[in-house]
Amino acid sequence: MNWIDFMTKLLAATLAMGTSLTYATLGEVYTEKTGILNLGMEGTMLMGALTGFATAFATGNLLLAIIVSMLVGAFFSLMHAFLCITMRANQVVSGLAITMLGTGLANFLGQRLGPASNTYNLCGMNLESKFNNIAIPALSKIPILGALFDVSLLTYALYLLIPFAWFFMYKTKHGMVVRAVGENPRTAAAMGISVSKIRYIYTVIGGMFAGLGGACLSLSFTPSWNDGMTGGKGWIVIALVIFATWNPGRVVIGTLIFGGITSLQFSLQAAGFKMVIPTQFLAFSPYLITLVVLTAMTIINQKKKGSFASPAALGTSFAIDDK
Amino acid sequence: MHEIETDDTPVVRMVGITKHFPGVLANNNVDLTLHRGEVLALLGENGAGKSTLMNMLVGLYRPDSGEIFINGKLAEIHSPQDSMALGIGMIHQEFMLVGNMTVAENIILGMKDLPFVPPLADIKKNITELSKHYGLQVYPDKIIQDLSVGEQQRVEILKLLYRGAEILILDEPTAVLTPGESRDLNEILKKMLAEGKSAIFITHKMDEVMEFSHTVQVLRRGTSVNVCPTSSIKRVQDLARMMVGRDILFSLDRGAYEPGEVMLEAKNLVMQSVGTNKYILDNVSFTLRGGEILGVAGVAGNGQQQLTEALTGLMHVNSGQVLIRGKDYTNKTPLQIIRSGVSHIPADRGRMGVVGDMSVGDNLSMKKYRTSELSDHSVIKRSWVRLFAERLIETFTIKTPSQDTSVKFLSGGNIQKTILAREIDSCGGILIAVYPSRGLDVGATEAVRQNLIKQRDKGNAVFLVSEELEELLMVADKVAVMFEGRIMDIVDVKDAKTEELGMLMAGVERGSI
Amino acid sequence: MRFALEKRDSKSRKMTVLVPIASLLLSFLLGAIVLTLSKANPIQTYVAMFKGAFGSQSKIQFTLVKTVPLLLCGLAVGIAFRLKFWNIGAEGQYVSGVIGITWVMQFWTFLPHWLVLPVGIVVGVLFGAIWGGIPGVLKAQWSVDETLATLMMNYIIIGYAEYLYINAWKAPRGNMGTVRYPEYAWLPRIWGRVHAGVFFALILVAILWFVLYKTRWGFELNMIGKNQKAARCQGVSIKKNIILAMLISGGIAGLAGVIDSAAVTHQLTKGVNGGYGFTGIIIAWMSGLNPIASIFVAILMAALDTGSDALQITLKLPSAMGEVLQGLILIPLLAGSIFTEYKLLVLGKHKESSK
Repeated sequence: MNWIDFMTKLLAATLAMGTSLTYATLGEVYTEKTGILNLGMEGTMLMGALTGFATAFATGNLLLAIIVSMLVGAFFSLMHAFLCITMRANQVVSGLAITMLGTGLANFLGQRLGPASNTYNLCGMNLESKFNNIAIPALSKIPILGALFDVSLLTYALYLLIPFAWFFMYKTKHGMVVRAVGENPRTAAAMGISVSKIRYIYTVIGGMFAGLGGACLSLSFTPSWNDGMTGGKGWIVIALVIFATWNPGRVVIGTLIFGGITSLQFSLQAAGFKMVIPTQFLAFSPYLITLVVLTAMTIINQKKKGSFASPAALGTSFAIDDK
Repeated sequence: MHEIETDDTPVVRMVGITKHFPGVLANNNVDLTLHRGEVLALLGENGAGKSTLMNMLVGLYRPDSGEIFINGKLAEIHSPQDSMALGIGMIHQEFMLVGNMTVAENIILGMKDLPFVPPLADIKKNITELSKHYGLQVYPDKIIQDLSVGEQQRVEILKLLYRGAEILILDEPTAVLTPGESRDLNEILKKMLAEGKSAIFITHKMDEVMEFSHTVQVLRRGTSVNVCPTSSIKRVQDLARMMVGRDILFSLDRGAYEPGEVMLEAKNLVMQSVGTNKYILDNVSFTLRGGEILGVAGVAGNGQQQLTEALTGLMHVNSGQVLIRGKDYTNKTPLQIIRSGVSHIPADRGRMGVVGDMSVGDNLSMKKYRTSELSDHSVIKRSWVRLFAERLIETFTIKTPSQDTSVKFLSGGNIQKTILAREIDSCGGILIAVYPSRGLDVGATEAVRQNLIKQRDKGNAVFLVSEELEELLMVADKVAVMFEGRIMDIVDVKDAKTEELGMLMAGVERGSI
Repeated sequence: MRFALEKRDSKSRKMTVLVPIASLLLSFLLGAIVLTLSKANPIQTYVAMFKGAFGSQSKIQFTLVKTVPLLLCGLAVGIAFRLKFWNIGAEGQYVSGVIGITWVMQFWTFLPHWLVLPVGIVVGVLFGAIWGGIPGVLKAQWSVDETLATLMMNYIIIGYAEYLYINAWKAPRGNMGTVRYPEYAWLPRIWGRVHAGVFFALILVAILWFVLYKTRWGFELNMIGKNQKAARCQGVSIKKNIILAMLISGGIAGLAGVIDSAAVTHQLTKGVNGGYGFTGIIIAWMSGLNPIASIFVAILMAALDTGSDALQITLKLPSAMGEVLQGLILIPLLAGSIFTEYKLLVLGKHKESSK
């Protein structure tokens, strides 16, 4: 196999893998930027994957499947928002509860929602219609980069969404409000912004994207349903947010690198290469890199306050009467 | 009965405002009237309810009862946005600015009628024009956290002007300013008033009242006790009496000044801030003897707090020496310094002095739990703690339902007495007290001061940081004046003149007068 | 009508007990809705779960065997949470402990037989302590966010463990898993499947209770957790205590892994990260960080686990129902804990000034 071919395939695999991560990470960036840490991503994504798949399986309508997965994602993050914002619960514990509930419920319903004839119900079933790759005639023939133009609609949508998410955060009045709420909620409140409302909105939006990210897996990447099929991607999302330093524009770098690392394992194996590094090392390297990045960023920010810092109010509850 | 007689409708009229916080009646049936072009000074001690009253005017809090009229019309102020729409803007004591955003972004933050994508180029131009008009120099592209305190305040003022505020509320605006900056602020205010704007000025400094205001209203413990034209005030003492509700004490019983051996000594302490390398402490030296109270005067934020934190081991100095009874304790841990006999009454009593969620008994034993008085080796003896706490509660007359009550449910004065009891009881010769009477009522303030003097008379060394010159002149034997991290001078109280100390606090060198 | 929250004058003791119990009941009610919607009979299901967890001696034994690592993880998390150090890395510290004991079992063959188990336990605990200590040092030294750091460290060690049981330490036969521990080094059983680990757990509960509520160090941890700044002013070293608490927290989580592998799995293999560390967080939270209350919560969580495993066999219902219920308990619990600090006020119309 020549290397151009190899690289093209690797990029294609990276894009396929990275799509789901990118949606969920974009969502979590916006959530965290308002000061809410949502560790419920794993559960929310899994519920999105399940409900998206179940809808597509029952109706064959992919658009409906996407909508359902996003609504379910919204519902799960709404619970998180209610607990953390209205009930001022601990965000870490609340997020874990959401993940636990989401994972449990998805795995439970995965064996209840499908045809009774199948022993494992939805597990192992395949979809008749799924998001197929659409190749753009001339562009997709470019060596290596052509892979960018032979992807599913879900990935094409990201080409618009990522720049927009960056623009929205840093150039619009709404983005300004998001940043202010996460950085200094007291000031935001004094400027007439309803901190709770903003936090609710973006936590729910974050959940919608997580649901969509999950649906990407079950409708496009591996169009099927399996117990725990997100396989920890929800936790990678948390890592990617740090790696992107809470900047939606930088999300894509992280998802490409980490999607690439994961794909590399498979691509190398498929290409028949003898692995120099054990695959498990590649598997946990994103987390290791994130830990190093997190530590380095924290230290740099102490020396000089820079743009790498996490939102100052991340993980804290806010009430105007608190003195 | 307090109304000023004028023909025009007042721009602000607050009637019968009452506001409760858990356990506190912050405002009780307060009336307030502000006319066009008027500066109203709202005077009162810390905790008198000034900020609460203003926070209701800007919609941060909602009154429990009472009505607010703006330009004669009943106003429903549910949020800061409502108040802004009515032309009311407030500069809070703690600036309401987002540190990592630009000046321009901060100025337009939360404005309702902005388009989806704010046209920043135009906005910046407007800001620059406005800043020129008022002589408030700001650069719209700068990031807030890179600005000095004075510059940040200018951004706050511009923020209000940009939104077309007609009624400005300033919460102790000069507390953080240098004298020069205060003068600038005064000029800006005059300019705004000339244009028909009005202002409410919260302060507890009487000279500012005399200098800036047309009318003065005094709050005491949540109640309005007096409103009168500033010109009708003959003596500053009258104002002071209204504010605290009694004559200020002029002397306390104290023994003769008999300084003993040197207990605490600082030699050329230098502390620089991380990142900017700005000097927080600049070559600070002093000696403190037993049986002596060394007062530290200065406008808040001139390094007093950092100095005490360097002395108590909470912060590190870059160079210089801290000597306790002649032994080097520079940059030692807080525990080593505590063991050397230093007690510390910290500046922020709620955040540093007590653990609010723990009981009074536990809080009282927080210094001695590690000694054999309260514990047997590593095990704390509950029964010993109970007796110990009982004794301190009685000696220091701490008012608490029981020693098991969480400290956070006590009043400010009793919280301070709890700290005082703990620190004095465990004091091994040196007592460092930072703003110990801040925000306390008269009785508690007196108790604090008398306790400090008692320690001095016992031969202990007392290091007292205060923002009230009066307190220092009453309690201390010597006063060191700090300005921008330096000790300007150390004077004997008996030779000290208030005016002279004031000049030193403003950074005017002695020789240059 | 509007609602508002008002801070209570003192923490409500009644609520601290009432809320967890109400949450438990509510979660079963919500679970019943899920079950009904997925065409299962809730009562039948709960009965089957109860029987699955406590229905016979061997089932009780199963539940107790599960209780031990859960309880230990709950204790581990509880210590860190006392300092408001949000250690969500008990899962990784658990795995680290298993790696430690497996290393001894596999390679320290020069030891006399009777010494292998004790040394294995010590090394495993040390491994767990190190894995907990690293984020402790990162936090103490550079204030690196502990939630994110411990989360990342979970997946690093889980990946590394996978490398060990698939590659480096794989037994000659089979395609994964290390060689089984020598039988002389197994943790002995005391009642059916129930092993001596129960004693470890109970002794630890007693020790922790004593240390946390009776000693100077416990007093210091309490101070730090409730007001770090004030604790520092009182001469308590924050850095030292964070690191120390995390070493202990990691060590206990490691002990959980050590005991479970020395007594139950006897090897390092797939499934080593069984989620005990995460469930430990629920246990710590539900018990209000009280070691004694942790015992009961741990038994409850273990029963939900074993009970739901039985569902698969008896009712052909997915065993994930246990996890659903575990998650469901937390939600009303989290929502309800606010009532220990605040009370709900119903604002009548008279408070709404003239509208």
